[in-house]
Amino acid sequence: MNAINPAGSSAPNLAAASCEIGAGPAAAPSPAASPEKPVRTWQGPTAPERLGMLRRAKSIAIVGASNNPARASYFVATYLLSSAPYDVYFVNPRAEEILGHKVYASLADLPVVPDIVDVFRRDEDLPEVAREAVEIGAKTLWLQLGSWSEEAAAIAEAGGLDVVMDRCVKIEHARFHGGLHLAGFVTGVISSKRQTVA
Amino acid sequence: MSEHKFGFRTRALHAGATPDATTGARAVPIYQTTSFVFDDTNDAANLFALQKYGNIYSRIGNPTVAALEERIASLEGGIGAVATASGMSAEFITFAALVGQGDHIVASAQLYGGTVTQLDVTLRRFGVDTTFVASSDPEEFRKAIRANTKVVYTEVIGNPGGEIADLEGLAAVAHEAGVPLVVDATLATPYLVRPIEYGADIVIHSVTKFLGGHGTTLGGIVVEAGTFDWGNGKFPSMTEPVESYGGIQWWGNFGEYGFLTKLRSEQLRDIGPSLGPQAAFNLLQGVETLPQRIDAHVANARIVAEWLASDPRVSFVTWAGLDGHPHQERAQKYFPLGPGSVFAFGVRPSVECATEAERLAAARATGAKFIESLQLASHLANIGDARTLVIHPGSTTHQQLSPEQLEAAGVPADLIRISVGIEDPEDILWDLDQALTIATGETR
Repeated sequence: MNAINPAGSSAPNLAAASCEIGAGPAAAPSPAASPEKPVRTWQGPTAPERLGMLRRAKSIAIVGASNNPARASYFVATYLLSSAPYDVYFVNPRAEEILGHKVYASLADLPVVPDIVDVFRRDEDLPEVAREAVEIGAKTLWLQLGSWSEEAAAIAEAGGLDVVMDRCVKIEHARFHGGLHLAGFVTGVISSKRQTVA
Repeated sequence: MSEHKFGFRTRALHAGATPDATTGARAVPIYQTTSFVFDDTNDAANLFALQKYGNIYSRIGNPTVAALEERIASLEGGIGAVATASGMSAEFITFAALVGQGDHIVASAQLYGGTVTQLDVTLRRFGVDTTFVASSDPEEFRKAIRANTKVVYTEVIGNPGGEIADLEGLAAVAHEAGVPLVVDATLATPYLVRPIEYGADIVIHSVTKFLGGHGTTLGGIVVEAGTFDWGNGKFPSMTEPVESYGGIQWWGNFGEYGFLTKLRSEQLRDIGPSLGPQAAFNLLQGVETLPQRIDAHVANARIVAEWLASDPRVSFVTWAGLDGHPHQERAQKYFPLGPGSVFAFGVRPSVECATEAERLAAARATGAKFIESLQLASHLANIGDARTLVIHPGSTTHQQLSPEQLEAAGVPADLIRISVGIEDPEDILWDLDQALTIATGETR
């Protein structure tokens, strides 16, 4: 279960139907989102590649974090703090404390270089966040479900970052670590190895 | 590591069931517990607020049940599933999530009797009106749609008439009206047809039948495609703040996961027809051999249907795989492997009848005699067992109706419903032959 952008998202589940390893539903443009959304040409990482990013990461910075429990970033933060092994940092110039954690004004203000920069911002702000992520030397730029900016992706990739767009860190972590499964959802995971839970 | 697409048979065995994280158990463990401890009060609060995943109470979710849910959702090509205590409760929680007082449902008239009474009696008493469409023509469904219609409902294979739904046509009608197409695919199973591939939004099964497959355990399931636009304005309960969950909105907060999250968190919570872990385990054992069993069921159904159709003592056979069935073409489109193994046939009375009333009475008596003369096929009110099952509605479920009422209900007095099992086909034919001989006094 995950919080996503308030516009909602209705992704085709063809990937789930074909059941690629670790695939699950592919993210796609939301019908409820702006109708003039440009055609998507960028190809996102495969499920095993996304799992690799999550496995390598030790820290995640949530950019555009909110203190409102009904907001997507709050759901993601609660999940990451309770069900994942990451050090979680919050970035929002207009907040001071979220879930008992200090909030930083910008990525550059963080005391560490986060492995994943998880972004909850309007599409027009995304290229600037991508530039900041490159500047601090983050490893992955991750744009939340419903978020898509090929310009931001190009900036981050040119800076050597991995990029994920229109996907939720919470859903993707939960897909590979049992949470999504417990809620009755298709994870696409087929494996004879023990379930990893964190 | 590249992405690999696993096939249906592999997923029937593996989907939803990686080895247990703690013990390494290879089979799905039976988590026979009502409740699960919280780490602390903060953990409990996060779970109740749906801010994190996890187990709370087995009415809402259970790890053994989750394995069945993910497995069947994977086989159907859905985004997820919610399992229930029976097929009827799967239908009820779905309607409870989608309609309320003053709403309207458009449904096929060719439905299982329990579904008809759920819609026509129980839901009508709750202020929900259903129009039953006698034709399978999508245009007739379109004509029945009103401003307050919230669901289009059909079975993919009618029971026992063998009618095949025009899924693509019905999906177009439903989506044009901004409502989901809900399909009961119990008689098909995802091995024979995956309605979501043809536009269905919600697929319901009585898992009791072919998915479980052994006649041991009741269960139901609701699978959702995850592609319907619940924010289109027709479903306020999907878009308005939910007070009992801190003001979240199912569609706004959970998007494509919203409908099933609501179904589990509201309808299972409030209505409570949960599937038990032991039952889920039993049903999972059946699902593991679904492809192999259905291949055998359909092969036997073809042999039995063709044998019956060539027998002069038999008045009709409704298997849609036969030449001359009105939906043979649709069956070939939607069921390339064959339209299941539940159908009906008539046993022609051999006595000379002067009047129609006499003929109907004789047909009813002949059907009853046939049923009583079977040795191998079991006379009972189920379908989808590995064993061959039969029932004669005229002397059982419909015995209170007059012969004329039976005909009006579309159930000929001599109609026998058969669910062809996976015994040796020659043994099934031997049994049918000897019972037909006793019932009609004629040999083949």
